[in-house]
Amino acid sequence: MAKIELKDLSISFGAFTAVDKVNLTVNDGEFVVYLGPSGCGKTTTLRSIAGLVDATNGDILFDGERVNDLKPSERNIAMVFQFVSLYPHLKVRENIVFPLKARGIPSSEIKRKLDWVTEVFGLGDELKRYPAALPPGAKQKVSLARAVIRDPAVLLLDEPLSAIDEQFREEMRWELGHLQRELGVTTIYVTHDQREAMSLADRIVLMNNSKIVQVAEPDRIFHKPDNIFAGQFIGSPSMNLIDLVPAPGGLRLGDSAIVLPEAAIPADVASSSQKLRLGVRPRDIRLVNEDAAGSFPVEVEDIYSVGRERYFLFRIGDNEYQGVDHRVDQGTGESRIAFEKDGLIFFNAETGERVSAMEKAA
Amino acid sequence: MSMQTTDATATMRATGKPAKKKSSGRLMILGFLSPTLLILIFMVAYPIFSLVFYSFHNFSALRPNAGMTPAGFDNYSYLLSDPDLWQRFVFTGKFVFLCVTLQMIIGIFVGYQLQKSFRGRDVIFTLLMMPMMLSPVVVGFLWRYMLNSEWGIVNYMLTLVGVGKVDWLGQTDAALWAAAAADTWMWTPFIILLATAAFRGIPETIYEAAEVDGASQAYVFFRITLPMSAPVLFIALILRLIDSFKQYDLFFALTGGGPGSSTETVSFAVAKTAFNYFYTGEASALAVILLCIIIGLSLILVRHLMKLGERY
Repeated sequence: MAKIELKDLSISFGAFTAVDKVNLTVNDGEFVVYLGPSGCGKTTTLRSIAGLVDATNGDILFDGERVNDLKPSERNIAMVFQFVSLYPHLKVRENIVFPLKARGIPSSEIKRKLDWVTEVFGLGDELKRYPAALPPGAKQKVSLARAVIRDPAVLLLDEPLSAIDEQFREEMRWELGHLQRELGVTTIYVTHDQREAMSLADRIVLMNNSKIVQVAEPDRIFHKPDNIFAGQFIGSPSMNLIDLVPAPGGLRLGDSAIVLPEAAIPADVASSSQKLRLGVRPRDIRLVNEDAAGSFPVEVEDIYSVGRERYFLFRIGDNEYQGVDHRVDQGTGESRIAFEKDGLIFFNAETGERVSAMEKAA
Repeated sequence: MSMQTTDATATMRATGKPAKKKSSGRLMILGFLSPTLLILIFMVAYPIFSLVFYSFHNFSALRPNAGMTPAGFDNYSYLLSDPDLWQRFVFTGKFVFLCVTLQMIIGIFVGYQLQKSFRGRDVIFTLLMMPMMLSPVVVGFLWRYMLNSEWGIVNYMLTLVGVGKVDWLGQTDAALWAAAAADTWMWTPFIILLATAAFRGIPETIYEAAEVDGASQAYVFFRITLPMSAPVLFIALILRLIDSFKQYDLFFALTGGGPGSSTETVSFAVAKTAFNYFYTGEASALAVILLCIIIGLSLILVRHLMKLGERY
């Protein structure tokens, strides 16, 4: 087990900076998920923690000790790769015990550990088969077994579930979360799938353009995104953004005539002199009846069903936005909508940062 | 529509042949295949058949008018009871073993070095491939001159460092090593070529996984690199084995089979029997024996190769 610290970590390939002055502390036993679009630097960060990529600047510390100059094999880490990296010429059993054999662990010890991981992962039937004979999900299970058999201090997972089909992925996700809590191993997991991140992480590290955007618990990152990128990247369908213009009695929505009444705006936001942009998730927009308080009329342009829910597209001024509703009797045309009051998130339109004065007070 | 179908069936019944469309398709296939089939029959099947036929007759290509008399297994029993022939087999065996061992070891080692990217890699690679482009006869003469006991460069170098001259091609053992060296010089590039390709085909993540797993470089080489390239290396081995077993022209140019006939391979003996003595029947019998050995050897190795391939 180990605590991992990244201090001003930068990684460049020629002129391209893949990771830019990243600072992060991962606590002992914590499950941290790196989330971000492809090319944001999350995998590079992971590989530098593994020792497969050299840090250009900054320090990587394990339990307070600098490990920058240690080889991967000396860092007591284990890694599962995105693309299956089992040794194709070795049977599953030999694949799993490879890290132990490579380190010259005595065979009685190997046997004991093999029995343990075989049991944990339910791999009894697969031990004598070659990796090529296994479905993708089982292959990644074997990779995971190979990773944990050595009791690593740190478990690094690079999009381990992306090659597995949807149905099995869900199952693997539960098992993985369970296993991590059971082993209590410090885990860093890289993914671009927000559902994986939300369900697995103790904390999510959201990255974009080589920088960390926000580090927070899943709930917090969803409800209190630090900025527009975090708000838009997490949540599906994605958050609506509406420019706000000061108007008598409140804030006007974009170029429409609709005014968000002062009652709906937190005092500190209302008092700020910044240019504002409103973020509101489609699920916080309801279709309502005429008399509902705080509702306003919009033009509903399209409605389509995604099974349990119905998405509707509506127009405020010149821009189109999205909402989600369960109601089935709604057709297109004139309609009224209302925002959930808790669902309104105010951003500084210029910097993209959330207007967070209220929190500072709390 | 139904009229046509009836017509077609009626025609079929009347002629007793399948409908026109089908037979023309079959003819087409036959047409496309026939050039290949003809070439195979005339270039492979006929020579082998005639070879086997001659091997059971007393016949000399020098005197075709003398005709041929059936000889039964006489040619075979004569050959197999000839101690000289066994000597040829032993010598060929030694030569094959030396060549294949040297070429595989050097080839794999150099191939492993060339797998890594470094400056000048491509130039070195190209230069290394040169010997393979030469004809074995050229290589034979080249080495013959280099190994000449009086004025060859090898002995000249040896005298420079104070070692006496060696009569490379005048002694059986030295000549065996000389021939093996020449063959190795010529054919190791082939192993390097295949080994490099095989090594480069191993995905980078496999090596990264092994690095994280704590395997040392040697452990990775013997437990991952070699086994994972085994199918390709095995093919290289089979090809070199068969090829060196048949080696004739190198010896023709390098030693002429001498001293005496001590560096004659089995192929050399076939050529000599057939084209020096013109014992066509006997030479055919020897060629058949050689053919059987090579086919048998290949079958065993290919079967093993199939087993290797099953895992992937």
